[in-house]
Amino acid sequence: MLPVSLSLRTWVPLGVCLLWALFAVLGPVLPLTPDEIQLQHILNGPGAGTWFGYDDLGRPILDRMIMGAQTSFLVAFFVISISVVLGTAIGVVSAWLGGWWDLLIVRIVDIFLAFPGILLAIALAGILGPGINNVVIALSIVSWVGYARLSRAQVLSIKERDHVYAAIALGTRPVRIMVRHLLPLIVAPLIIEATFGVAGVVIAEAGLSYLGLGVQPPEASWGSMIRDGARYMLVAPHMVLAPSVALMLIVLAVNLLGDRLRDYLDVRTVRE
Amino acid sequence: MLQQLVSRLLSAGVVIIGVATLVFLLIHLVPGDPVEVMLGESAQAADRDSLRHELGLDKPVAEQLMNFYGNLLHLDLGMSLHSKRAITEVLGERLPATIELAVAGMVIALLLAFPLGILAAIRKDSAWDSGSMTVSLLGVSIPNFVMGPLLILVFAVWANLLPVSGREGPASLILPAITLGTALASVLSRMVRASLLEVLNEDYIRTARAKGLAERVVVWRHGMRSAMLPVITLLGLQLGALLAGAVITETVFSWPGIGLLTIEAIQTRDYPVVQACVLLISSTYVVVNTLTDVMYAWLDPRIRMGGR
Repeated sequence: MLPVSLSLRTWVPLGVCLLWALFAVLGPVLPLTPDEIQLQHILNGPGAGTWFGYDDLGRPILDRMIMGAQTSFLVAFFVISISVVLGTAIGVVSAWLGGWWDLLIVRIVDIFLAFPGILLAIALAGILGPGINNVVIALSIVSWVGYARLSRAQVLSIKERDHVYAAIALGTRPVRIMVRHLLPLIVAPLIIEATFGVAGVVIAEAGLSYLGLGVQPPEASWGSMIRDGARYMLVAPHMVLAPSVALMLIVLAVNLLGDRLRDYLDVRTVRE
Repeated sequence: MLQQLVSRLLSAGVVIIGVATLVFLLIHLVPGDPVEVMLGESAQAADRDSLRHELGLDKPVAEQLMNFYGNLLHLDLGMSLHSKRAITEVLGERLPATIELAVAGMVIALLLAFPLGILAAIRKDSAWDSGSMTVSLLGVSIPNFVMGPLLILVFAVWANLLPVSGREGPASLILPAITLGTALASVLSRMVRASLLEVLNEDYIRTARAKGLAERVVVWRHGMRSAMLPVITLLGLQLGALLAGAVITETVFSWPGIGLLTIEAIQTRDYPVVQACVLLISSTYVVVNTLTDVMYAWLDPRIRMGGR
């Protein structure tokens, strides 16, 4: 059997994700005209010279899809970076200090977890007002909690180990113990959680944009493209289908990649 | 047992107070002056002052918070700025639609998830297993606002079998319920599979098989009974996903429930209504989860007898 690193089940989703990242990074330098209105092409379907057709204003959908890839990638990148760093820091410190501080953090985490799904993000984005910055803020406020809970649980399970006591006995400063002796041991589950988190953020960003709470026109998001397309479903189904398929592909690829990573990194699921 | 119950209820109470506090703070996150945002820039100074007074925003924050708690205890959520009616009345009107949708979605999820999950578990590593798990992975990867429009496209626009949107007659419930139900079914079927697989590895299952019981009896009478426990907990947790999913699903199908109300209120900047909706959905979630926990403890003899 092929080793994990060579199997198709790893390379296909990885390739899709890399393509997504590539489009997002190269988006600004590619010769795209996502805002160019061509009245003669309004609602034209895919055909000669155009891969995905045109939207209700006569803008090329392929170009707008690449802009949308950029939006979702940027949002996912910032939200995951912010919430992993913030959440892990809070979780590790909380578990390390214990006592009242820890109780307080657990309570706060419980309160944030009481808002189901992206409900809090919807309310926050609705109240902060639209725009990509507010989407990142709203989703980060919702997402850090998961990483805090995970890293706290992980640290609690390893903080009694001998090497930690040895470090304490040697007079190592707490910050150094947390960074050098605890963090490396809890990185694997965090990476797995963050990978699945990317899929969640991509869906959440598109969801907020679908509700009109995300990026504002003329900027493009797959979510707002689906919403705009829904009105023309009878005459121009390609307006909904193109961004829907892109969104599903990315989310599926990220989820599959997460599954592979979990098999690869997590000792608990190694086949017996 | 009683002690556990009391402490569980107390911590649920603390969480609900925390949720209410966060919801109260939402209005203070409005960039600039919330009253100005709500009324628009052209509003008269006198109107602004009267709204500010009505919402209590002219008082110190601590006093506002105390009033907020006090009003909640009397189930007084204030007035809707948009419809000029009591918010509790507006919520009461919208609630049946959401409950109807959530129940229908849950039923569809259960009807799909159990056969898929059980089939995958008893035929582990077969084509059935990988097939149903692929379907479930697809389901997880298709968000409600993609599933909804796709269903509308196929069943309402192309086939012309079902209504596109709205809430008129039982037919209009079908597509939103499928949208909501399939999303939940994909998570649930994985859980059913994992839970049943774990149980089927237990010694007592081997004993049951050794006794010569039919496989059907082993799976249903002996396996499913204990495999159900973790699934029930997940059902409670997933109700949250269902409620949050309802916000988007209701918007896709213009289904006049609490979720659509939330979005309408955001669009009309009717912030007290936004606060009320978020509070209602979250506290429902907390209450259901607490009930699930209590029920779980009661169903599991190891936990129920634990105190003796």
